[in-house]
Amino acid sequence: MNTNEHEHVIEVTDLRRVYGGGFEAVRGISFSVDRGEVFALLGTNGAGKTSTVELLEGLARPAGGNVRVLGHDPYAERDVVRPRTGVMLQEGGFPSELTVAETARMWAGCVSGAMPEAEALELVGLGRRAKVRVKQLSGGERRRLDLALALLGRPEVLFLDEPTTGLDAEGRRDTWELVRELRDAGTTVLLTTHYLEEAENLADRLAILHEGRIAAAGTPAEVTAAQPSRITFELPDGWFMGDLPPLDAMGVCEHEVDGRVVRLRTRELQRTATRLLVWADAAGVELRRLDVRSASLEEAFLGIAREAAEAAETKEYAA
Amino acid sequence: MSTATTTPVGRMTALARAELTLLGRSKGTLFAALFVPLLLPFSVQQAAKGMDLAEAGLTLGTVVLPASIGFSLLFAVYSTLVAVYTGRREELVLKRLRTGELRDREILAGAALPAVATGLAQCLVLAVGCAVLLDVGAPRAPHLAVLGLVLGLVLCAALAAVTASFTRTVESAQVTTLPVTFLSMISSGMFVPLEMLPDRVASVCELLPLTPVITLLRGGWTGELSAYEVIGPVVTGLAWTVLGVLAVRRWFRWEPRH
Repeated sequence: MNTNEHEHVIEVTDLRRVYGGGFEAVRGISFSVDRGEVFALLGTNGAGKTSTVELLEGLARPAGGNVRVLGHDPYAERDVVRPRTGVMLQEGGFPSELTVAETARMWAGCVSGAMPEAEALELVGLGRRAKVRVKQLSGGERRRLDLALALLGRPEVLFLDEPTTGLDAEGRRDTWELVRELRDAGTTVLLTTHYLEEAENLADRLAILHEGRIAAAGTPAEVTAAQPSRITFELPDGWFMGDLPPLDAMGVCEHEVDGRVVRLRTRELQRTATRLLVWADAAGVELRRLDVRSASLEEAFLGIAREAAEAAETKEYAA
Repeated sequence: MSTATTTPVGRMTALARAELTLLGRSKGTLFAALFVPLLLPFSVQQAAKGMDLAEAGLTLGTVVLPASIGFSLLFAVYSTLVAVYTGRREELVLKRLRTGELRDREILAGAALPAVATGLAQCLVLAVGCAVLLDVGAPRAPHLAVLGLVLGLVLCAALAAVTASFTRTVESAQVTTLPVTFLSMISSGMFVPLEMLPDRVASVCELLPLTPVITLLRGGWTGELSAYEVIGPVVTGLAWTVLGVLAVRRWFRWEPRH
């Protein structure tokens, strides 16, 4: 075994996936995940998250590029990789007529080094529902059953495809807590989500996917820092943009006026906010509905989506 | 912490156990699998009584028994498995199973075990029943009877997986299973022994998938197949099995269409 395995548990280089109809869902992405790290793939529906994860899980062969999980090709060397990974698919996939316990027992028989089923069900808080048929479970309970099965083999690498979709707020927090505990115990977790809050709370690092490419990557703080902060306020009647101090001097990099509402974007939030407030104070202007906020992951995400949409529009005009 | 590594047999056993539980809970499938094959032989018996069997060197028993086993293969194994494979695919169970250590072939084989075991048990009941009621006696060439039975079970499981490849829902399985079921019942020597058909028709019927199974089973009980006569059915049966396996690898769908 090479030492690489301990550094990069997952390594993806120039990965491509093309479906039968010729649709290119993943268009050359690269990233790596270290041991004990929680890595989130973020993106809108159709961004290529699930297509990417399925390649990492070894469910399909990439059209191009390279995937290494624990130092091996998860598709060609599945015998070595599968016993060390756990998978939670986006949608369950349990016979509806089996009980929770029967489902877990079946799966335990197919997993190397399985923990007792009851222990896995207890981990996700399904211990009391063991005798219930799967068809009678709520959507959230089904997600938790799926998570329990993914954990049964005490995997070193855990793939979670939208693990909290359909969970209520409490269930979501419980899952986050569980993922953190697993991470602290050394499990490497790769998850996909379209909840920005989830990625911000849980991920050590993340990548934002857009149309099969990585639009931004890094720690949540890094991805956020690349985006400008935002100041929004309403100018009272009789006051206009021209009355404000020169925007350049305030450090504003972008602005938008919508009726009386003004939106400023800045990379120097403190300077811009100070100048604006000092001016308003001196001029005796009341800035109504004033909102000053640092860039959030949401901002970053929307910014990326907007840029992409604008790029697409430009392309359309050009054509 | 247990570090036990799973084995193919262990994995298939776990899957088969779950499938057996499911079979027990699916009343419709269970009825079709258990009772239809045990009821159909009576209709064959009525039809066979009207034929001049002695001229073809057959008896009522050597017509009814292979036909009954054929029905059991078609209903308890083939039709049941088409519904099982299609149903598990629709519920995304197959997709889920493929994320684990189970191999594709283990998934198909493990899921087939309860139906195959049901079919096998029925065949034994039928053999004993016919021995007692129709005075068939024990097979004179048991190796051929066993060969026919094993070939039939494997072939029906493979055909079921092929049929499931082209079946969208469990409901449509009732239709997609008809071609194989009817063709086999009518032309593979179940309702009408090939010996009773014109030579040219019979030689075409010999090429159908279940004909070799019926021929071997009948030969097993009559003991009248020479070693040379066995080659044809065995080659035909194996060819269909290989074709079936290749078709499954090529066309089997593990996920529902979107």
